[in-house]
Amino acid sequence: MRAMVESAAIEDQDFRLEARAWLAAHFPPALANVPGLLFQGSRAAADANPDYQLWRAAMTGKGWGVPNWASRYGGAGLTMAQGKIIGEELTAIGGFNPIRSYGTMMLGPTLLEYGNEAQKLEHLPFIASHERRWCQGFSEPGAGSDLASLTTRCTDMGDHWLVSGQKIWTSGADEADWCFALVRTDTSRKHGGISFLLIDMASEGIEARPIVLISGSTHFCEVFFNDVKVPKGNLVGEVNQGWTIAKRLLQFERNSLSEVKADITPLAPLAHDYVGTDALGRIDSPDLRARMVRNAMRHEAYLATVRRIAQEAKNGGPSNGVSTLKNLWSGIIQERSELLVEMMGANGLGWAGEPYSDAEREATHAWLHSKAFSIYGGSYEVQNNITAKHTLGLPG
Amino acid sequence: MAVLNEEQQMLKDMAADWARERMPVTALRALYDHGGGGRAEALGYDPDAWAEMAQMGWTGIVAPLEHGGSDFGCMGLGLVLEQLGRTLAASPLLSSALIAVSALRLGGNAAQQARWLPGLADGSVIGTLAVEEGPHHAPERTALVATPAGDGWTLNGIKRPVQDGMIAHLAIVVARVEGGGGDRDGLRLFLVPTDAPGLTREPLDQIDARRPATFTLTNVAVGADALLGGADLLDQLLDRAAIGMAAEMLGIADQAFDTTLDYLKTRVQFGAIIGSFQALQHRAADLFGELQLARSAVEAALVAIDNDDPALPRLASLAKAIVGETVHVISQQMVQLHGGIGMTHEHDAGLYLKRACVAAQCYGSTAWHRERWARLNRY
Ligand SMILES: Cc1cc2nc3c(=O)[nH]c(=O)nc-3n(C[C@H](O)[C@H](O)[C@H](O)COP(=O)(O)OP(=O)(O)OC[C@H]3O[C@@H](n4cnc5c(N)ncnc54)[C@H](O)[C@@H]3O)c2cc1C
Repeated sequence: MRAMVESAAIEDQDFRLEARAWLAAHFPPALANVPGLLFQGSRAAADANPDYQLWRAAMTGKGWGVPNWASRYGGAGLTMAQGKIIGEELTAIGGFNPIRSYGTMMLGPTLLEYGNEAQKLEHLPFIASHERRWCQGFSEPGAGSDLASLTTRCTDMGDHWLVSGQKIWTSGADEADWCFALVRTDTSRKHGGISFLLIDMASEGIEARPIVLISGSTHFCEVFFNDVKVPKGNLVGEVNQGWTIAKRLLQFERNSLSEVKADITPLAPLAHDYVGTDALGRIDSPDLRARMVRNAMRHEAYLATVRRIAQEAKNGGPSNGVSTLKNLWSGIIQERSELLVEMMGANGLGWAGEPYSDAEREATHAWLHSKAFSIYGGSYEVQNNITAKHTLGLPG
Repeated sequence: MAVLNEEQQMLKDMAADWARERMPVTALRALYDHGGGGRAEALGYDPDAWAEMAQMGWTGIVAPLEHGGSDFGCMGLGLVLEQLGRTLAASPLLSSALIAVSALRLGGNAAQQARWLPGLADGSVIGTLAVEEGPHHAPERTALVATPAGDGWTLNGIKRPVQDGMIAHLAIVVARVEGGGGDRDGLRLFLVPTDAPGLTREPLDQIDARRPATFTLTNVAVGADALLGGADLLDQLLDRAAIGMAAEMLGIADQAFDTTLDYLKTRVQFGAIIGSFQALQHRAADLFGELQLARSAVEAALVAIDNDDPALPRLASLAKAIVGETVHVISQQMVQLHGGIGMTHEHDAGLYLKRACVAAQCYGSTAWHRERWARLNRY
């Protein structure tokens, strides 16, 4: 046993060196720490960036965007540990996974568990190459936290499905090629009347209208389905089994939202510049300093918690603590965004133009956007309900 | 709520009605560009609404009778500022009617008062304080210099952000006549008309659409009669500025809370009104408690101005810090409790969040005032 563990560790170390070398040879240095090209970035910007296209092609060819998927699905068939190593090595060079998307984070893992072979072969390779962008058509005006009260109708027309209704807050719907949606196939039951459907956004009868966010971006939309024809084969799992699939998908979503992101740049040097230092070289506002320290310590403890829980779980799948982790992470990162804006003072209040630097404007917009972290993917309150009920065994 | 006399109560009700009708949040929204930031041609205020304010006498509430004011007191002006805060009404009332008028009242000689107060009191002159030079409130680090020239002075330096700077006619400019950064004895205040040769201004595109200014002063010449006072006067002004801003923030917090409470009473999820979930009931109850602290602190500070209370500096910092924390939490919870809709530009929550953040930074942040309170109380 011990010998096995040790030999695995040696293999991991070898793999790390291999990954490091390959990434060094293929990751375009010009893309280091370019946040705009992350998965929520604009499609046009990504398409117009030759470095990004090269990088995407390299990762697609290697299957490292989804390292754990089988190669017939566009992955590299690697172990979880190896996948993690790739992520760590990428982070170390300020890199990012160009394939990371709702497809890789949410739909892919779900299809792997619930899709039939035809569906997997039809969609997974395109997710793995980031050629098909997906959006998540779950929320509706009357169905947010209470997702199961959704009403978008899906009628069996014999040779196809007919979908009618409205979705809202659909991130990236205006840039997406496909949508994984929850639809109602039975109105007599709440949870038991929902199905999971894959819808081609190019289908007739779909309209996506962008909504402007407080951060100024328009990355979410309201989406209208007017008698949209969907092929029979696009239903994942069984009819009326959608809720089970959705719950699993939401676990994947929360898991990815609470994932350890790139190691965040420390705020202290910035604070030294913006706020100044006292005679001992400390940030020149004891109050701000104390709050920054507290946030940084919580962040460090959070990273240790993620590692500990991952070790304890060992199986690699999403665990019970995911709701707790998601709330901790969103709280820490929201507070961090605020501290950043606060330390920038009046320079953190700019919207556009001079004299605000790119970094300052970006910090301000990120602060506004960060307010969504405790809303989407299951709100803070609903995560706490889940923790109370499922982890702590409280009744209700 | 402080016990108001009949006139104060009337003023408050009138201001509340007027703000609701004349300057609802939609009026502020009209100053916004797509998604946030101010429209390029907008000045961050509505001149017609300002004229109406002047007509109602608000611009002269703190000005003495002999110069066209009503000498009604800071408590009265605070009530108005609070009501304007509720609807995020954009106006230079704080800069002009409280800060600039106070500057002349407290520091002006007879000639200076006669020259400026009537215009400020009737609203035909908009005044402001030009104090900040960097991202953080740090008046003692003022670098803008005033050098003696003949029997007057020449001013050189930069001010940013200057609240209402693009629309002000008169700036009270904080300058240094001697000493280096950190030395308060070398500070002086000067009355500078914004059309003075050598003074240029640029708008700042800020998240709350209010468009403060950057002032660049290049060899701006002022006469001997421009000198108003030194660091002690500045302290008095900054106390009033902080308290006035705290009053506005109290209104922001109050309305953010009320709007959120309404939503908790109407939005249905899981077959129930979300306000029936205990988690949200407790959150609302906690926020309500915070609001009580904030109101008491702000009102105590306003009263202290009118009573010339020696505790004024401490109370000013208490008000700004306490209400700063309150408005921070409430504006954030306003977004959170509205869920997805709270994240949209179309909804008011984001406008409250943005204004709250700007207000909290003005005239000393929450951290700055906590630190000052600590010093004043020997912590
Ligand atoms: C930026 C952004 C992107 C999004 N992207 C997508 C997307 O791509 N696809 C998609 O389908 N959806 C998306 N969403 C929607 C998101 O999942 C919902 O906003 C979320 O589930 C909350 O629903 P709601 O907005 O209807 O709020 P509501 O459910 O109305 O909640 C309002 C408030 O009540 C609280 N609350 C509700 N129920 C309870 C309870 N039982 N106990 C205590 N408190 C409760 C909530 O926590 C919240 O604070 C996105 C949202 C945002 C903000």
